[in-house]
Amino acid sequence: MTQTIVPSGFTQAAFDAFLAARREPAWLTAQRRELWEAFQAMPLPGRDEEEWRRTDIRLLRLDKFGLPVEGTGGAQLPEGVLTAGVTLGGRTATLNSVPVAQQLAPKWAERGVVFGSLDQLINEHSELIRRHLFTRAVNPHADKFAALHGACWSGGTFLYVPRGVTVDEPLYQLSALQGGGSDFSHTLVIVDDDAEVTLLAETAGDDTPSLHCGGIELWVGAGARLQYVNLQNWGSGTWHFGHQKALVGRDGQLQWTIGALGARVAKVNQHVGLIGQRANAQVNGVMFTEGRQHLSYHTLQHHEAESCQSDLLYKGALQDHSRIVWRGMIKVDPNAQKTDGYQRDDNLILSEGARADSIPGLEIEADDVRCTHGATAGRVDDQQIFYAQCRGLTRNEAVRMIVAGFFQQVFDRIRIECVREALGHAIGRRIREYD
Amino acid sequence: MAEILTIKDLHVSVDGKPILKGVNLVLRRGETHALMGPNGSGKSTLGYAIMGHPGYEVTQGTIELEADGATHDVLAMEPDERARAGVFLAFQRPMSIPGVKMADFLRHATTNVRNPQRKEGEDLIPMRDFRKELRAKMEQLKMDAEFARRYVNEGFSGGEMKRAEILQLAMLRPKFAILDETDSGLDVDAVRLASQSIAEIGGADMGILIITHHDKLLEHNRPQYTHVMLGGRIVETGGPELAEELHQRGYDRIRAAYPEAAAEEAAMSKSENAAAQLGVA
Ligand SMILES: Nc1ncnc2c1ncn2[C@@H]1O[C@H](COP(=O)(O)OP(=O)(O)O)[C@@H](O)[C@H]1O
Ligand SMILES: [Mg+2]
Repeated sequence: MTQTIVPSGFTQAAFDAFLAARREPAWLTAQRRELWEAFQAMPLPGRDEEEWRRTDIRLLRLDKFGLPVEGTGGAQLPEGVLTAGVTLGGRTATLNSVPVAQQLAPKWAERGVVFGSLDQLINEHSELIRRHLFTRAVNPHADKFAALHGACWSGGTFLYVPRGVTVDEPLYQLSALQGGGSDFSHTLVIVDDDAEVTLLAETAGDDTPSLHCGGIELWVGAGARLQYVNLQNWGSGTWHFGHQKALVGRDGQLQWTIGALGARVAKVNQHVGLIGQRANAQVNGVMFTEGRQHLSYHTLQHHEAESCQSDLLYKGALQDHSRIVWRGMIKVDPNAQKTDGYQRDDNLILSEGARADSIPGLEIEADDVRCTHGATAGRVDDQQIFYAQCRGLTRNEAVRMIVAGFFQQVFDRIRIECVREALGHAIGRRIREYD
Repeated sequence: MAEILTIKDLHVSVDGKPILKGVNLVLRRGETHALMGPNGSGKSTLGYAIMGHPGYEVTQGTIELEADGATHDVLAMEPDERARAGVFLAFQRPMSIPGVKMADFLRHATTNVRNPQRKEGEDLIPMRDFRKELRAKMEQLKMDAEFARRYVNEGFSGGEMKRAEILQLAMLRPKFAILDETDSGLDVDAVRLASQSIAEIGGADMGILIITHHDKLLEHNRPQYTHVMLGGRIVETGGPELAEELHQRGYDRIRAAYPEAAAEEAAMSKSENAAAQLGVA
């Protein structure tokens, strides 16, 4: 691995050194330069912007972080939790945005599947990637963080599944942060028509202040199926900014499950575009926060074609003084008749000091649609606790069981057992005494 | 040493409003008692108070449990400690717990009740043994095996809930059981089956307090004593013939014989109506 000295902070000198160390297609370098300028020209988002009204980033010191530096690896890669007992078809791992492992079972490589570090595959698959990177999915001009990510992404994951190929072993991606590093990973998944794949992604890290500024782009072709799980499990010092978007083509099916357990502050835009007739997207969210964590999720289910279905279910439990913000939007274009859209966000408040804001929204321009939404927030039901206690469960055991049951409704939708188990255990470990 | 649940001069308030006004009751292990009385007289309140519902404040009186060679001050115990000491309440309206499977709930409950010393996090009874026992009990109660996989009382019909309560009674085998209108919501055949099952589970081994408006549940559980509650007090205690009388003729004779309690009852139901009108009941 090349050893490059890159100054810290997001300075011009640092960016030039970052670019100089990379061997990439000219179009990409040009794109990076353009987005770097956009990043520099844009102010940090302020609280006067609706998306940022509830999310305080005044304590963020961007200049304390820096561009990814090759050769800063060497530290022990933290263990993931997501894949216990699962036979994987391949895996990639990055540490502080630097690729440290990648592997794909030969049987999948032979069938034309491409999986590995986006960094390292960009030259070989330049044209394919160019057509999909920051084109219709993630908008790198969305805000300052999107632009920074577009200019500086590194490491990352590229997955391509050719037409008609079914990959029946899950693929796995681990992104790790250590020692105050930065993670700029970009995930680009292209599932060609009638292909099928499962990708399990997770993050892990220590509790030192660190930065994730990431992007996820998922392309689901006609009749294709993608199951994508991303578990955000950073340490408690991480600032997490993410722009994530999936596009689902005609008769395509996406099941996108997010888990959010870690980070100090997370601000995520999770968008799904249903761009072909009868496309179907199911979005699941499982969140558990504690301490002073702040998670802010902004979801969009954008119906751009006829007869599509989208179904979003987020569930969060909040402990201590943590806060979860969810703003959801179902947007239906004028031509997207026979849309079936659903969104729901339920929160369980485990401590007096915790707070959940749920703000569903509908923007409907077609007339033949069915769109519904719901949101709840409440404490653990005392009557349920009493009932369980009357059957011999301690108050603590009762609360644990009730909280687990609260999440079960979303677990029931997740078909991948190891994911259900990992999330269930992670949540179980975190629940403390309930008062 | 005999095992006895003794309730003395029990006063209970809800939201500061007195509901029970001095209830006395002695239930010995092996005995069956019937508790009857008009709606709103305080029967369910007694059950909740015995289990320690936090919304039901005991303002006066004592509940003692003599069992396992010791005398327990029940009012000082948490609801789960009462359950593990061998007291059980079949709820008139059981709560549902979405997302928690009946079998998982009951395995946990059964483990704790059978091993009262168990600490949180210690092993549960082995899955295989538990499943086998649960399946056998469910067959006896003519319950579909699928029941165990459903979420606790979630979407259950009235009758299903009551049968689930009896199943829990059967698994937990308490020393003392209060069955609060366990017959309501069940059809005639189901009540007969419930009556038989309760007799089989309890036999001479349990102290049972059956709260009911009917006589069917008593068919196989003939009470040695029948108590009548009115206006928050037990105003009369008799034998099995009293249950028959009340079931057939209603409470007019009782109200006439105890005008003071009847006046209390009228006052309570009036404030209940007022509360209902305000939408707070
Ligand atoms: N949780 C409660 N909140 C308010 N009032 C209650 C509550 N529980 C019982 N009560 C009141 O106490 C009285 C007795 O109720 P209850 O014990 O349910 O009677 P029963 O079971 O004999 O029908 C009624 O007036 C009822 O309105
Ligand atoms: Mg009652």
